[in-house]
Amino acid sequence: MISRIFLLLILGAVSLLAAAAIEGEAMQRELNLSAIVMFVIFVGATLVITYWAAKRTKSAKDFYTAGGGITGFQNGMAIAGDYMSAASFLGISGLVYLNGYDGLIYSIGFLVGWPIILFMIAEPLRNLGKYTFADVASYRLRQTPIRILAASGSIATVVLYLIAQMVGSGKLIQLLFGLEYEVAVIIVGILMMLYVTFGGMLATTWVQIIKAFLLLSGATFMAVAVMAHYSFDFGQLFAHATELKGVEIMSPGGLISDPVSAISLAVALIFGVAGLPHILMRFFTVSDAKEARKSVFYATGFIGYFYILTFIIGFGAIVMIFKNPEYLDVAKQAIDGGYPIFGGNNMAAIHLSHAVGGDFFLGFISAVAFATILAVVSGLTLAGASAISHDLYASVIKKGKVDSITEMKVSKAATVVLGVVAIIMGILFEQQNIAFVVGLAFAIAASANFPILFLSMYWRGLTTRGAVIGGGLGLATAVILVILGPIVWVDILENETAIFPYKYPALFSIIVAFIATYIFSVTDNSEGAKDEAEAFEAQYIRAQTGIGAEGATEH
Amino acid sequence: MNKEMVEKIKNNPDYQELVSKRSSFSIKLTILMLIVYFAFILTIAFDPSFLGTPLSGDSVTTVGIPVGIAIIFFAFVLTGIYTKRANSEFDELNNKIKESVREEI
Repeated sequence: MISRIFLLLILGAVSLLAAAAIEGEAMQRELNLSAIVMFVIFVGATLVITYWAAKRTKSAKDFYTAGGGITGFQNGMAIAGDYMSAASFLGISGLVYLNGYDGLIYSIGFLVGWPIILFMIAEPLRNLGKYTFADVASYRLRQTPIRILAASGSIATVVLYLIAQMVGSGKLIQLLFGLEYEVAVIIVGILMMLYVTFGGMLATTWVQIIKAFLLLSGATFMAVAVMAHYSFDFGQLFAHATELKGVEIMSPGGLISDPVSAISLAVALIFGVAGLPHILMRFFTVSDAKEARKSVFYATGFIGYFYILTFIIGFGAIVMIFKNPEYLDVAKQAIDGGYPIFGGNNMAAIHLSHAVGGDFFLGFISAVAFATILAVVSGLTLAGASAISHDLYASVIKKGKVDSITEMKVSKAATVVLGVVAIIMGILFEQQNIAFVVGLAFAIAASANFPILFLSMYWRGLTTRGAVIGGGLGLATAVILVILGPIVWVDILENETAIFPYKYPALFSIIVAFIATYIFSVTDNSEGAKDEAEAFEAQYIRAQTGIGAEGATEH
Repeated sequence: MNKEMVEKIKNNPDYQELVSKRSSFSIKLTILMLIVYFAFILTIAFDPSFLGTPLSGDSVTTVGIPVGIAIIFFAFVLTGIYTKRANSEFDELNNKIKESVREEI
């Protein structure tokens, strides 16, 4: 039965892709045949994996955590796969291409949260949790209110992130493959639903691992090809780049304008990563705290290496793409002047792949970019579906009295709903300015999810009342300050000046969350609060030693 | 975990050693990472020209490039230092604690 539905859906997706490809030939940008062939190979391989994973996904535990038997190295690669989105590959190399050094500042911000996750979060998270980070936050607090809060934070983060990914993917695929925007969004949505509903975490993990491998290999090839031109001497590369773009690209530019914005962005990035539900969920796929710790070590290595590559790729694009007539968008130049490239600055890495490796390698990198989008949206959707099925359905509605098979079915249904929502949102937001969306997702993760998770692990005095009010206020502050800030209030709502002057609200919203949590916890004199403080000792021992922690399932 | 077991583990010297050593190590490394990163960010905010200084008279490479790359390496090396110590010393202590309560589990 399942395999028949599976086959039907695959046939549907393939025929849609084929139809779209034929239709795409009519578009202005030429159809990239090698890209489509390589992408079809990737999709085929991942669907085989999904089929294999579907047969091994028999319980809710398998569905959420791949059975808990992923190794530290594999999980490190999968975390890197989750984190190195198309937005960071194309966006950061595009930023380096545009502003040089600023791109490096940005990527460092995205990296430094990882060591802190290792020192503070990873091991206790693994020791206390089962499927979602809400398991940990609600470990000794009242289930219903904490689960609702944590699930709201998770779903808000996931949906915002999904919108950004879907819109980005639609535009990217439109450009790379010559497909129509709506078709691209629908294909991404359908494939993602296939991976997650049938293969659960096991398929999602392997899609992440393969994609991380392909992306790192492709980016390595590009960086080496660039450096080979300059006999592996950075001095020569930089010298040539500054001849073309001026010496400003070697120093910090306009990314960080004032100290408050600088600190606020830094806070959002560091603590935001530690509150992203799809990242936190990955720690439950390994067997114990030791493997969780190894995962972060490998992930930090892969991600750091990747950011060094994107820096080289950005400079490579300056020397090979900038002012190169082959990639110059003449129509746009006639209007705006300067030296615009086809598809905008975020296409710098894509054009560079063509410059160093011809049509074939362009096809490879395009297919990798598509694969990257698929992998990231799959991880996000799985995290969102878990918040719905495990936190809201199983824990809040059914009060934990639900069997594993039913919970898994609800999770699959939630995946389909989220997939449809993602497709609709992707289409609705096509023409919208979504620059604020990822920033808002990070701000919510940093100011609603992270404080509650962190305090529940380390602070005996945390009570349900404090957590709910503090986390709720953190979430509300983040959302309100983004709306009143320059990006939404001025750029989108077209008001004269912003009511809240900073682009990044995290510094303020995270302080609100911590202070409110503290005040409403210490003033909580209820009986429940006393029990919660008493339960801390046992929780702390389990967090530190792993005694009583969830193990892996035997297969 | 019942009360008796909580008390037993709490009074286990290995447990006390593990918690105090690991906590102080984690906190030190976290502070180290935050100091390095915020020093970098605040330098950019208050004195951006410093990172834009050329490394030598005739070079276009600025101080900011090795500093930036060094921070990436530093973050990775810190995770390595923690993982190495945790894999050996902390895990050994932890195994001793688990051993001491094996019958009760």
